Amino acid sequence: MSAKEEILSRITSALRDAPAPGPVPREYRTSSDMPEAELIELLVDRLEDYKAHVDVVDLPQLPTTIAERLKDATSFVVPHGIDTTWLPAADARRRIDAPGAVLSVTELDGTDAVLTSSAVSIAESGTIVLDGSGDQGRRAISLVPDHHVCVVPVSSIVRLLPEAMARMDITRPLTWISGPSATSDIELERVEGVHGPRQLDVIIVKGL
Amino acid sequence: MSNVFMGMPTLPVFGDGNLHIEETFPTAAHRELGNTQMRANLRHATHTIRDKRLKVVAELPDWEELRDAGSATKNLVMANLPALLEEFEKNFTARGGIIHWARDAHEANSIVAGLIKEQNTTEVVKVKSMATQEIGLNEYLEEQGISAFETDLAELIVQLGHDKPSHILVPAIHKNRTEVRDIFLAEMPNVDPNLTDEPRLLAMAAREHLRRKFLSAKVAISGANFALADSGTLAVVESEGNGRMCLTLPETLITVMGIEKLLPGKEDLEVFMQLLPRSSTGERMNPYTSLWTGVTEGDGPQNVHLVLMDNGRTAALADKYGRTALNCIRCSACMNVCPVYERTGGHAYGSTYPGPIGAILTPLLTGITSEENSTLPYASSLCGACYDACPVKINIPEILVHLRGEDVDSKRGTKKLPSQMDLMMKGGSWAFSSGKHLGLLEKGLPLGKLAAGRDKKIKALPGIAAGWTQSRDIPAPPSQSFRDWWKKDHTPVAATNKQEK
Ligand code: SF4
Repeated sequence: MSAKEEILSRITSALRDAPAPGPVPREYRTSSDMPEAELIELLVDRLEDYKAHVDVVDLPQLPTTIAERLKDATSFVVPHGIDTTWLPAADARRRIDAPGAVLSVTELDGTDAVLTSSAVSIAESGTIVLDGSGDQGRRAISLVPDHHVCVVPVSSIVRLLPEAMARMDITRPLTWISGPSATSDIELERVEGVHGPRQLDVIIVKGL
Repeated sequence: MSNVFMGMPTLPVFGDGNLHIEETFPTAAHRELGNTQMRANLRHATHTIRDKRLKVVAELPDWEELRDAGSATKNLVMANLPALLEEFEKNFTARGGIIHWARDAHEANSIVAGLIKEQNTTEVVKVKSMATQEIGLNEYLEEQGISAFETDLAELIVQLGHDKPSHILVPAIHKNRTEVRDIFLAEMPNVDPNLTDEPRLLAMAAREHLRRKFLSAKVAISGANFALADSGTLAVVESEGNGRMCLTLPETLITVMGIEKLLPGKEDLEVFMQLLPRSSTGERMNPYTSLWTGVTEGDGPQNVHLVLMDNGRTAALADKYGRTALNCIRCSACMNVCPVYERTGGHAYGSTYPGPIGAILTPLLTGITSEENSTLPYASSLCGACYDACPVKINIPEILVHLRGEDVDSKRGTKKLPSQMDLMMKGGSWAFSSGKHLGLLEKGLPLGKLAAGRDKKIKALPGIAAGWTQSRDIPAPPSQSFRDWWKKDHTPVAATNKQEK
């Protein structure tokens, strides 16, 4: 018998006296009607609690805010699908990561910052989800550089995790980010930034 | 394979690896209680996490409804496990992943070692995982000449300190900052000799130490918190980004997971991703969660494996009172509220799984008859705090009581008719009840001499005692009983003494 057959047969045998399971009650919250202003307020509160820096801007202000957040970076990477109107036309510091022209891990390690957009954000838990789409890029680009600047369109914010789940394509490579990298392993004292980006700047954009 | 049960029921097959404890809980606990530093660290940690947890749980008006959903989902998963595993395999495989099945710890270890060797490397990076801890993977790989580097800060401290984890969430919680600094200074090559015990600097030293390994590793090993059957998706929950490093940068990713970790689909994940971080670290959400479904072209590892492991889980599943222990999502909330754990610490529980859940899960996986492990269900005051804290409502006290009963039954024999052992005991009490009885019995001793061969050893005894002689010989009894010898050699002396007086 193969290991698979044997394990499945052990399970079936183990379950022979098991009672039929009941239905799963789903009385928990799956929708909300929180107005936009409150959604933003809640998300900002949660993200700041995680020590992320947050800006809330109108769309026309986005390019200057991005420039401001990236001003200390000697180089930064953007995914190929990023909206180029957000960026100054020519910037010698900019590196583009695109399918067929990806940056090596060493190149990413030598890059200070990364700019991405995001797929959906959950206000109640302060979580931003990246799904690998063209404006978010490969998982490695938002991981290796030390500073992540992340754009959150206001239309992508929901209050509850179930609402966000309904919008996610689960088969894409997903990264959920709730604040910068952190550890509490030494005497439970929180230290921001161990291996992932140590600095997370979030730009929430109204009208996007 | 059909899910309809046909043929003979298989006997429970128990697990091995780092599950068998080496000394009984009372012995280990007694020693650990003497470690006051550890107890102070632990008390601080469990109380801090506990308070944070209460705060974030109170924020959710539907916490109890989430627990109800979580508990019912896990029961449903266990009842439909064969079908869900097949569904998961089909979907994970369709997206380019490769599934391996492992009956026990040894089989899982050798599958992983084989996959690593295929990649011609002798170094792998690891994400913290209870499953690989359970099977003793690091030790096994070391024997095979493969170095496995733990990348979670706490696991790194434990690994460099040649120590064992003491908590499933914060494994190095028994070490204070000075101890951590000393370990780093002694064990980390190229560490700054002026390193202080400031947690930030210690974390940065770890970052420095592991950075090159992350960027150059060809193979990573992880566990998984959840697996979704209807899409073939795996999920890993973490804080530091070391998980993302391992899951994203190497070409080959090998995940080891217990068969009980499945969920039907993403509408179940939404429940567990609310329950787990809040119960575990007391955060609204852990900093990073990674989800992957097989292979994604151009993004992350292109050689993706999953080892699905039994190692005693089916034996636990066969216990109709204990099977809900498999619903555990390893959040550690039960240990943070347990008055026994708070005093003894995790090491006293001896196995990979400490605390209240360990006290039931370990003996369920190995069988209660496993000598030392049978002491674990007594490692509780039955106060019920663990049941209240458990996000999936595992009734730990009830299972503890059930396992205590199993233990007592297994030692006493449960048969209603007097067993051979009972008869022997009865015989024993008759013999010892009076010197005359014993004397009568001892008259039979020379017969024992006849049963023994010329080497003066009895090689086989009849009846229940046969088991005893299966693997050992009994020296034949002496031709003369102690009482006879005493009478013959001492009575005159005693008499003399009397006379002298
Ligand atoms: S038994 Fe419950 S509380 Fe304890 S670790 Fe498992 S899920 Fe968490």
